[in-house]
Amino acid sequence: MPMTMTQKILADHAGLDSVAPGDLIEAKLDYVLGNDVTTPPAIKVFEKLGVKNVFDKDRVLMIQDHFTPNKDIKSAELNKTMRCFAREHEITHYYELGRKEMGIEHVILPDNGIVLPGDLVIGADSHTCTYGALGSFSTGVGSTDLACAMARGVTWFKVPEAIKVNLRGTLKKFVTGKDLILTIIGKIGVDGALYKSLEFDGEGIKALSMDGRLTVCNMAIECGAKNGIFPVDDVTLKYISKTNLERFAKNSYKVYTADEDAEYSQVLDIDLDDIDLTVALPHLPSNTKKASECIDMKIDQVVIGSCTNGRLEDIGTAAAILKGQKVHKDVRCIVIPGSQKVYRQALDNGWLKDLDDAGCVISTPTCGPCLGGHMGVLAKGERCVSTTNRNFVGRMGDPESEVILSGVPVAASSAILGRIGTPDEL
Amino acid sequence: MKVSGKVFKYGDNIDTDVIIPARYLTSADPEHLKEHCMEDIDISFKDRVKPGDIMVAGKNFGCGSSREHAPVAIKASGISLVIADDFARIFYRNSINVGLPILECPEAAQKINDGDEIEADFDTGIITDKTTGESFASKPFPEFIKNIMANGGLVGYTESELKD
Repeated sequence: MPMTMTQKILADHAGLDSVAPGDLIEAKLDYVLGNDVTTPPAIKVFEKLGVKNVFDKDRVLMIQDHFTPNKDIKSAELNKTMRCFAREHEITHYYELGRKEMGIEHVILPDNGIVLPGDLVIGADSHTCTYGALGSFSTGVGSTDLACAMARGVTWFKVPEAIKVNLRGTLKKFVTGKDLILTIIGKIGVDGALYKSLEFDGEGIKALSMDGRLTVCNMAIECGAKNGIFPVDDVTLKYISKTNLERFAKNSYKVYTADEDAEYSQVLDIDLDDIDLTVALPHLPSNTKKASECIDMKIDQVVIGSCTNGRLEDIGTAAAILKGQKVHKDVRCIVIPGSQKVYRQALDNGWLKDLDDAGCVISTPTCGPCLGGHMGVLAKGERCVSTTNRNFVGRMGDPESEVILSGVPVAASSAILGRIGTPDEL
Repeated sequence: MKVSGKVFKYGDNIDTDVIIPARYLTSADPEHLKEHCMEDIDISFKDRVKPGDIMVAGKNFGCGSSREHAPVAIKASGISLVIADDFARIFYRNSINVGLPILECPEAAQKINDGDEIEADFDTGIITDKTTGESFASKPFPEFIKNIMANGGLVGYTESELKD
């Protein structure tokens, strides 16, 4: 039976020759992760189950990123629960703030060379689907599933149907992976890929950098997808040769390719040349419009960062646009490098100086404002252009505040203009 | 097993951020979470909801974040069942795991009105709108899901299975 990339990875991890959409399987997990919001309830379940040890201390990851550095006493208590557990169980991938391995979970797992092609990963965070960019299968779960997976290193899946996204052509200047995924979500809706895998293919994938692909897969969940996945190519191999030279040299990763006659429930053909700088207006990621059609919308805040757009390329783009410019007098522009490594590299490259000179505030890595946690919560009636992933009611603060999603070039330009704008207006 | 109650009706794409805003995720205590359930779209929900009441909504219920706090908050509010056209996949899985009954039934989701008194039978999958007299057929739970619900979620179910 012909299979898609996702189906092949699931079959292999379940020890089966083949699987078909709808099959219920139990599969071995390469990595299991949680954060400071979702891990504490999982620890409670884990203890209730009466299990003594996690299945593998190198493969259970605990990342503090949502409310860190802790915003209040309650979040400090949450984090303490996770920290104590991590120390007691000698969790390898638990890091304290400020360490060079530290940062937002979906930025550091690929960037630290932990996840590699062919891996199967679940995480108690919906944006766990990010790692599909590397040709792995990854998806989000809740705290109870996390607890059981921490104990056994396996979980059950329903094998998904697939949507193929065929890319051709190349992206215009300043247009990024963010504009591509927003365009796709705008086309198929926030439930357009419900329960399905989103499989990218076509010669157009060459036009997307690894950071761009990570952004695309990160937001697969925003159209309801179980996962997003890219084929492994030279871009992937070059990336992993940098992030994990040891495993790269040893060939200890697995490249899966979809069968030519694999079945897809839908095929989307997208010409990258047709994609424009795109924004998603309140209050759904599918409410997309060309940025150039929204230039009369005034803004109060800009956020550049998150697991969607807090990577090195993103901070570099922000710095290139804001260098020598000034943030508009009525706007605060919050830049959040996604990891300590990104922060340091941006510092060494002089980018943080450029951003500081422009009047941006630069934050330590955190999810912070993306989920209305801290470091940039909005008041009633305020509007923010943000490179994050969700613009639901109340997502970044007051239920009457507004979030407009965009890529970095639109966000940085908007910070300067005090309204939605594009780099060619500068 | 049957449940019955008054309907709280909502629209499409009810996301987990409105079910329980992230600003309240500093505690996973159900008693804390229920105080803020639905407040960003229905501020009076927590004062009006009574044990056994039923939530009815449209497409893609529970989209967004993977926070298990969302079905926990709904369950702690006293809601005995959520009926929707369909559910976002992480929410679907989380609901079963925490023992919040959910049924997919587009026809019921469309025709049942806010405030109607309805009844649902988990053994047959039949949903009856006692206010309008209409009945709707949904797919009944398989045996193991019924057992998970009866044991208050996956953990209780696992414990009871281990005892047997």
